[in-house]
Amino acid sequence: MTAPEDPRHRVPPTSEGDFRAPILPGRLEAVSYEIAGKRLIDGITLDIEAGTRTIVLGPNGAGKSLTLRLAHGLIKPTSGAVFWRNRKTEGAGAAPRRQAMVFQRPVMLRRSAAANIDYALALHGFARAERRRRRDAALARTGLTAAAAQPARTLSGGEQQRLALARAWALEPQVLFLDEPTASLDPSATRQVEEIVAAIAASGTKIVMTTHDLGQAKRLADEVVFLHNGRLLERSPAADFFETPRSKEAQAFLSGELLW
Amino acid sequence: MNDFTAAFGEAFGLIARFDSDLVEIVGLSLRVSLSAVFFAALIGLPLGAAVALFRFPGRRLLAVLLSSFMGLPPVVMGLVVYLLLSRAGPLGVLGLLFTPTAMIVAQTLLVTPILAALTRQVVADLWTEYGEQLRSLGATPARAVPTLLWDARFSLVTVMLAGFGRASAEVGAVMIVGGNIDHVTRVMTTAIALETSKGDLPLALGLGIVLILLTVAINAAAFLIQGATQERAA
Repeated sequence: MTAPEDPRHRVPPTSEGDFRAPILPGRLEAVSYEIAGKRLIDGITLDIEAGTRTIVLGPNGAGKSLTLRLAHGLIKPTSGAVFWRNRKTEGAGAAPRRQAMVFQRPVMLRRSAAANIDYALALHGFARAERRRRRDAALARTGLTAAAAQPARTLSGGEQQRLALARAWALEPQVLFLDEPTASLDPSATRQVEEIVAAIAASGTKIVMTTHDLGQAKRLADEVVFLHNGRLLERSPAADFFETPRSKEAQAFLSGELLW
Repeated sequence: MNDFTAAFGEAFGLIARFDSDLVEIVGLSLRVSLSAVFFAALIGLPLGAAVALFRFPGRRLLAVLLSSFMGLPPVVMGLVVYLLLSRAGPLGVLGLLFTPTAMIVAQTLLVTPILAALTRQVVADLWTEYGEQLRSLGATPARAVPTLLWDARFSLVTVMLAGFGRASAEVGAVMIVGGNIDHVTRVMTTAIALETSKGDLPLALGLGIVLILLTVAINAAAFLIQGATQERAA
């Protein structure tokens, strides 16, 4: 594997294990993913850079979720590789530690809201006092302080998603992946999630989020990555994408036509 | 028919006045079976979770073996433990044969595969829901074992009840390794077998009724505890 020419990639590789060692920029390089011979992700190359909020758009089945899972290391590419600051990751299995992910349907452990956050912090090896500080701060920032002692699974859908965000935020990840975090929420809960995502971004975390809600994409995106049939068709600043999409697939998607 | 009703009457009489023989036998039965379930849980729950979560060569074979051993005939297990503990056997020096300890060992070996096989299934199902989230948070399989066992706690109560049912109902293993010695190793099932063959129907019936009532009581208690705590933890 020869080193890419782009000077951005000459940054020294990040060290494994050290929490604070920076992992950005990240890069998916010619990543493909197949299940039973069916190519679901087809040669995606994508740079993940600090500072911007990246929204991944595309119709159902475009491969948005798979792309996030590949980048996060939950599944292993069939071919191609994922790099974090020039270090090739082992993919599925290796604990993705300086990144976090919020799923469409968050999985809450059968314990209190506070204990759910505490669990994640304990997995990352934080000492008790630091866990408590981060946990209380995360609960406060997501408006869940009053629900701290409540069993997480008795929270409403919107509260559970906020708790999932609090759990991820408490880890202060360098990259936060969000897979359709508002897909099953009502408008007010959606708005709260968007505010929290914006606040997490403002605190210095790189955001990579999928959505099929164009209004939400316009509200949150600094840049848009457009996928279609497992291929990356466009990556452009949000304003450019929404005003002058280059591919005819993106034009059709933005005008609400069905894409197959 | 008259014998039968008379036997029932006497049986209830034994229960009602807490007949000392009956109380002793019931007490030993509970001690043996609850101890066996306790030790089987210590081994079987982590074992089942590990088989569900770890990837190692022979994992599927182990899962098949655990499931097969769920149906192991108690007399066969009794025979194996008998051979191990008998004077000439490898563990003969311990002098455990025909003691309650030997009965606990035999029942533990009977119940462990049941707990392990059922736990494996429960944890594997839970992992399909939790897997990505826990891996995303950085949990290794070893770290996920206690997490999943705790989150499966309500299902695992039912699993333990299945184990207790097996232990308290079996005759073969405790008969062989315990020997049904009066005041020493006589438990409900062996006593029922012996008294029936001797023709002492009242004691046999009384013990049978107690055995059923105990099983119902323990299941009811577990059900109530489960309902109460499940509501709080959802």
